[in-house]
Amino acid sequence: MPKLSYHRALNLALRDEMVRDPAVCVFGEDIGVAISNVTTGLLNRFGPERVIDMPISEQAFTSFATGAAISGSRPVVEFQIPALLFLVFEQIANQAHKFGLMTGGQVTVPVTYLLPSSGSRVGWAGQHSDHPYSLFAHVGVKTVVPATPTDAYGLLVSAIRDDDPVIIFGPAGAMEQREDVDLATLGPIPLGVGRIHRPGTDVTVVAVGHLVADALAVADELADTVSVEVFDPRTLYPFPWAGLAESLERTGRLVVVDDSNRTCGIGGEVLATAAEQMRLVAPPKRVTRPDGAVLPFARGLDLALQPTRGQLRTAIETVVKTR
Amino acid sequence: MADAAELYRTVRLIRRFEERAIELVRAGVIVGGIHPYIGEEAIAAGVCAALRREDLITSTHRGHGHVLAKGADPIRMLAELAGRETGLNGGRGGSMHAADVGVGVYGANAIVGAAAAIAAGAAWSHRGAGRDRVAVTFFGDGAVNQGVLLETMNLASLRCLPVVFVCENNGFATTMRVRDTTAGSITGRAEAFGIPSSTVDGQDPEVVLAAASAAVRRARAGEGPSFLECLTYRFDAHHTWEHSVRPRYRTDEEVAAGRARDPVAIQAARVPPEVRERIDAEIEALLDEAERFVQASPEPDPAGALDHLYAAGNLGRPGVA
Repeated sequence: MPKLSYHRALNLALRDEMVRDPAVCVFGEDIGVAISNVTTGLLNRFGPERVIDMPISEQAFTSFATGAAISGSRPVVEFQIPALLFLVFEQIANQAHKFGLMTGGQVTVPVTYLLPSSGSRVGWAGQHSDHPYSLFAHVGVKTVVPATPTDAYGLLVSAIRDDDPVIIFGPAGAMEQREDVDLATLGPIPLGVGRIHRPGTDVTVVAVGHLVADALAVADELADTVSVEVFDPRTLYPFPWAGLAESLERTGRLVVVDDSNRTCGIGGEVLATAAEQMRLVAPPKRVTRPDGAVLPFARGLDLALQPTRGQLRTAIETVVKTR
Repeated sequence: MADAAELYRTVRLIRRFEERAIELVRAGVIVGGIHPYIGEEAIAAGVCAALRREDLITSTHRGHGHVLAKGADPIRMLAELAGRETGLNGGRGGSMHAADVGVGVYGANAIVGAAAAIAAGAAWSHRGAGRDRVAVTFFGDGAVNQGVLLETMNLASLRCLPVVFVCENNGFATTMRVRDTTAGSITGRAEAFGIPSSTVDGQDPEVVLAAASAAVRRARAGEGPSFLECLTYRFDAHHTWEHSVRPRYRTDEEVAAGRARDPVAIQAARVPPEVRERIDAEIEALLDEAERFVQASPEPDPAGALDHLYAAGNLGRPGVA
């Protein structure tokens, strides 16, 4: 079977949806030459009216996508750098997201925002290393963080077909993922449904994006002493609460590993919801970036602010021991 | 091409709609206040008279005139301002977000300059689908210093989009004078992007119509965007809130001088008195009916406060669990 890379999965999803639906188009910077390795081949195949290289005017082309979506197109907007989302927060959170409600349902805004490398790439420093998915979940934009190539394919397909704005964060830390997969088996994966990567009975680890792989590695390390269930929400908004509740019915213990800044990160929401409404037999824990983290340039400083396997292992051991 | 009486009807309708809306703000029927368009009616009337029903506009926080001139039902528009279920947006948008997509009103927008990019994207999408539609984006002089508007002008020119940029220069960005906010010239910005521009008397509906018609013809012919600066004057407050706060940023004499060139009076002079009287009476009857409609209309059910946030129904959790 072919090895499917994360980039290739995103590329295939774009290609397949563009073949399936002539309304699908892609906007972004340097996408003609596929500088992010995601739009490879699309310009040649679909032409410059569907694959549009935009000037460095993120605010304009993000709302341009809103106008196009209201008018029958289904744009995918690629952002090379996660911090660009701060620049276009107005256009996404205050325009595209609100148009349906504000117009009383006269329009829908089927736009997909695609971040093919969010989070730290190590050494890209303060303005290229954020992973701001929690901001969008907070606002209520459908927010997706696929952990694997297969999920990246299926969730991007569903995002494009969805009639609302959807933002997809491809974690930089997951870009090296490869999967043995029969391409014929790739298909849409519904938004809002989590995935249990590893069943377990002692503790539920909710892991977001590239941290799923870390959670699985830690679960392996601990396999002789702790049975860890690894729950990947895949969609952070709407969050698959029912799936989490079922998992906690089995385990009653919870650790979240989340590459967000601690305050108001999705990890906090998971803990709060579990505490309010779900079965917990011990206080839960979360492993996150520190409060207000800005990733410094130097490698050691960058890594010092990201959740580590060691931190996760300690958190799991603590939660499992607590009575 | 609209005749003199039709243009008169539009400016008069907007004027009386706004005057009666201000009364309804005072009476508490419209909550949150409005940004009155009084004094600037000729621009909406002239520009929209150059458009077809299927053409589209985006509007501003001071948007009632655009929405009415483009053909939205004044009765449902008033109901929207009053937050009624029967309003254009079901009471979900109000004064600053009134929309009627069916007649090409892609929404008033409360962020200065923000709607231009939406208009440009809509124009691009329709053109790509083979639909012959021109997009007009209205904005004020304050918007010419917003990055997203300037970015959009570049993009529209680059892709030769059928967009008409209409700047309503009423001299003030809220309370700030143009000379205190704007370096260079307003039309110079358009010229920098290779967009042909003109500055016209925004108080005369027929002058605006002529200029807008040329810009719309150019857009429809595939020759790209145009920029129209319409010189106007806001007769009333930036926002009705100003009636109580009364910030001092222009003198009574200046306001009186600005009011001297009244677009409704200018157009009225071109219409025979008996026609004018008939139009005036029809407008009053229409607005009477609108007020009765508002009074008879239900307020939206609070249970549906988040309706339409998502295409397939609300998917969030309530605020208490």
